[in-house]
Amino acid sequence: MKKLKSLFSRFYLVLVLAFFYLPILYVIVFSFNDSKSLSKFTGFSLQWYEKMFANRTIMESIYYTVVIAVIATVVSTIVGTIAAIGLSKSKRIVKELTLQINNLPMMNPEIVTAIGLMLLFTSLNIKTGFMTLLLAHIAFCIPYVMLSIMPKLRQMDPNLPEAALDLGATPWQALIKVIVPEIMPGIVSGALIAFTMSFDDFVISFFTTGPGINNISIYVYSMYKRINPSINALSTIIVVMITVVLILVNVIPLVKERKLKKNEKLG
Amino acid sequence: MKSFARMLYPYLVWIAIMILAPMLLIVLYAFTKQGNSVLTLQFTLDNFARFFSDSIFPNVLWRSLKIALITTVICVLLGYPAAYFIAKLDGNRKSVMVLLITLPMWINMLVRTYAWRGILLNFPVSSEFKVFVGMVYNFIPFMILQIYTSLTKMDQSLLTAAEDLGANKVQTFLRVTLPLSMPGVISGITLVFLPAVSSFFIPKLLGGGDYVLVGNLIENYFISTGDWNFGSAISLIMAVIIMISMFITKKVDYENKGETRA
Repeated sequence: MKKLKSLFSRFYLVLVLAFFYLPILYVIVFSFNDSKSLSKFTGFSLQWYEKMFANRTIMESIYYTVVIAVIATVVSTIVGTIAAIGLSKSKRIVKELTLQINNLPMMNPEIVTAIGLMLLFTSLNIKTGFMTLLLAHIAFCIPYVMLSIMPKLRQMDPNLPEAALDLGATPWQALIKVIVPEIMPGIVSGALIAFTMSFDDFVISFFTTGPGINNISIYVYSMYKRINPSINALSTIIVVMITVVLILVNVIPLVKERKLKKNEKLG
Repeated sequence: MKSFARMLYPYLVWIAIMILAPMLLIVLYAFTKQGNSVLTLQFTLDNFARFFSDSIFPNVLWRSLKIALITTVICVLLGYPAAYFIAKLDGNRKSVMVLLITLPMWINMLVRTYAWRGILLNFPVSSEFKVFVGMVYNFIPFMILQIYTSLTKMDQSLLTAAEDLGANKVQTFLRVTLPLSMPGVISGITLVFLPAVSSFFIPKLLGGGDYVLVGNLIENYFISTGDWNFGSAISLIMAVIIMISMFITKKVDYENKGETRA
């Protein structure tokens, strides 16, 4: 009976994984297809990769996705860190109110945040395009950065910066030499979240961008009526890149640990 | 130490402009007539009257809510056993499974949804069915992870206690495991229902251009028609309905907790 049960649970989990990975495998297989068909594999070719690299719109969308994600990550991490530190030392009422407002974009459907920003930019007479796209990305990334830094600030001993100030450090020195190193893990994970949020965003980008400025998501969306196997090639490259990065992120700490243990044994 | 508090001030200005002002603008647009400048604002309820006078709009809203609700139910029914089985695995396998479930989430949602198009071309199924597949596929990982987290947080000795006191497996599950994992189910529901109601790329990519949900309606009025006032009114109606349903979900959860305590 027990064996039967564990067999069933294993079977179920295999089905779940098959459901998750089927479309990904499908895309990879059909990116090497000889014909335009998305349902019949007619033979192996690399033509969709060639077409993808020759397609200027696709290449530009990759470029904008990366550039926006990098700038938005840097700016939102810096602003988010400053705001989070300020917030941790603020009065309770200010703190609660700020957190409530900060949560609004996360509680609301994304499309509401998106059209709100679109209305804002046009009301201020800012022409939509690269700048508005970037501003929007910075705006939705900051709350996530703050959320990942705030627990670290709460864990920090409040006497540490106090002691630094008493020992003659300027507030700036206390900030850079004491507070920032203490909360560094939070800053790093905040930056990672910001980068992936920006890299994958569609809804907010779609409403805040202008003519000619597309990211990968917007490009894929624009293909909703057409069959374009170049997207399969693009998807395959993204899948491979993300898998490599995730494996490295998960394996490097393991290898480091093993090396450390080995060194300990040798020592 | 007070000087550090000043570091928040620039951000307060930022959220006033980038979070509060956009929300107020949506409300303002929803209650005003099209084409007037700030100086000659004309308040009106026409946008709302228009929404409810034509049965097309309430029907689309109703369809979106129905689809989001069914998606949420499917995600709970299929996601709970998955989370439960993962939680029962031993250490190493457990973390590998969690990694395998999170890995696809790192890949762009549109790319993954577009992938389903090719597969579903092979089957003669309705647009609605395709939209369901896309929704469940995109949102079920959130449900599984939320339930899994609450299951692993659970004090395992409670299960042994229930068994020692003579409860059978089914009783232990219904009286101990299920109630204790409810917080995970509730936050999973929030994470599935909210994006499912307003989703507009899933119906467009999988259902073709003719399958319209409330998100597509908002998109049309903002991008194609350019009637921002009516589009804002639709968004406001949707946001209010979502807020009410979230409130009900939280309340049900709270009352359930009261019951188990008593």
